[in-house]
Amino acid sequence: MKIEVLGSGCAKCKLLAERAEEAAKGLGVDFSLVKVTEYPDIVARGVMSTPGLVVDGVVKSQGHVPTVAAIRDLLR
Amino acid sequence: MTDASKSCACAAPTPTPRGGFWTSGGWLLAALPVWVGLYLALHPAADWLAFRVFGLAPGSRLGEAVAFFAYDAPKVLMLLAVVVLGVSFVQTFLSAERTRDLLAKRTGAWGNLLASLLGIATPFCSCSAVPLFIGFVRVGVPLGATFSFLVSAPMVNEVALFLLWGLFGWRIALLYTVTGVAVAFVSGLILGKLRMERHLEPWVMTVPFTAAEAGSGPAGIGARLDLALQATKDIVRKVWLYVLAGIAVGAFLHGYVPAELLARFMGKSAWWSVPLAVLIGVPLYSNAAGIIPIVQVLLAKGAALGTALAFMMAVTGLSLPETVILRKVLKPRLLGVFLGVVAAGIVLVGYLFNVLM
Repeated sequence: MKIEVLGSGCAKCKLLAERAEEAAKGLGVDFSLVKVTEYPDIVARGVMSTPGLVVDGVVKSQGHVPTVAAIRDLLR
Repeated sequence: MTDASKSCACAAPTPTPRGGFWTSGGWLLAALPVWVGLYLALHPAADWLAFRVFGLAPGSRLGEAVAFFAYDAPKVLMLLAVVVLGVSFVQTFLSAERTRDLLAKRTGAWGNLLASLLGIATPFCSCSAVPLFIGFVRVGVPLGATFSFLVSAPMVNEVALFLLWGLFGWRIALLYTVTGVAVAFVSGLILGKLRMERHLEPWVMTVPFTAAEAGSGPAGIGARLDLALQATKDIVRKVWLYVLAGIAVGAFLHGYVPAELLARFMGKSAWWSVPLAVLIGVPLYSNAAGIIPIVQVLLAKGAALGTALAFMMAVTGLSLPETVILRKVLKPRLLGVFLGVVAAGIVLVGYLFNVLM
């Protein structure tokens, strides 16, 4: 599973990355977590409000930081 | 940029619905009388703390400063929590993507007006100004309307509106909102008329782009309340320190600066005070919650209303971090014109109030 956290490096992006990692570990799946910080890459993935969460190329959330439980549901 | 994002008072609702109406709704209903009781007890409690517990003399500088802080800090935080909760709830119905879709179909002055109005309530964070800007422009929102939104969103946000209401009454809150929207509307209109599309950085129009889709948000009132509660916790946790710092500065000024001192520098008679307030305010970055306690003290110490409001608009609407972020999409000339037009609008508003009030 490829998890991407989109955002230019603000506090909320870091928080999202932490929560996403915790959620993925909780599920016990194989995953890679990448932070996408460059604007062209963010725009290309179809995200307008950061932080964004993209799983295997699909935009799962944007503009807010979901809770760990909510991210777990998004990863399933 | 880090500073901008840290103090960024953006809504951060959580998407998955948890629990029903009675989990969070019932909890909120139970909390309401407690909140009202605490709020009413604040003033006597602050005086008791300052003058009895600390034994400071009423009327003394330190005593007045401490009493001011002990009263204002919990008051502003309590107001903020309620305001953010209400706003976060409304915002579960709104998103930047939906605003973009509404604006994509409008051209002309109506587009600017709508963009300025939507800027009030649409969740916005200056840290995502660049993807938002590209998202707007690439789906065909006119450049002028995009600027109207970018000016209005940080300056006239709902938190500012309700805090002004709570501290200064509805007249000032309404004045700030109407003139803020007017500045955003006119600035965007002018910037649109100047036809400065060629002063965008080229990558804005050429970068591979996918239009973000507008999500539908959670189903049911209970789920939305849950989101709003979560967002409130996140936001209050993020801004409380800035609010306290603002009030501490305010308390110091309150206790140690004579009441008429600022009248000379920031009163009506000092014609240069409005542009000076804007010049000082532009490089500063703070959200509305942090700046309002300072505005409160400026007003109490003899600053003219127009000067104080212009200062607040300059701090929230224009900032150094946001300028640095926008430089990624705007060439220097357009960036300069943008800053100039908005700053001029704010100065005009300041003079208008100083003349009228």
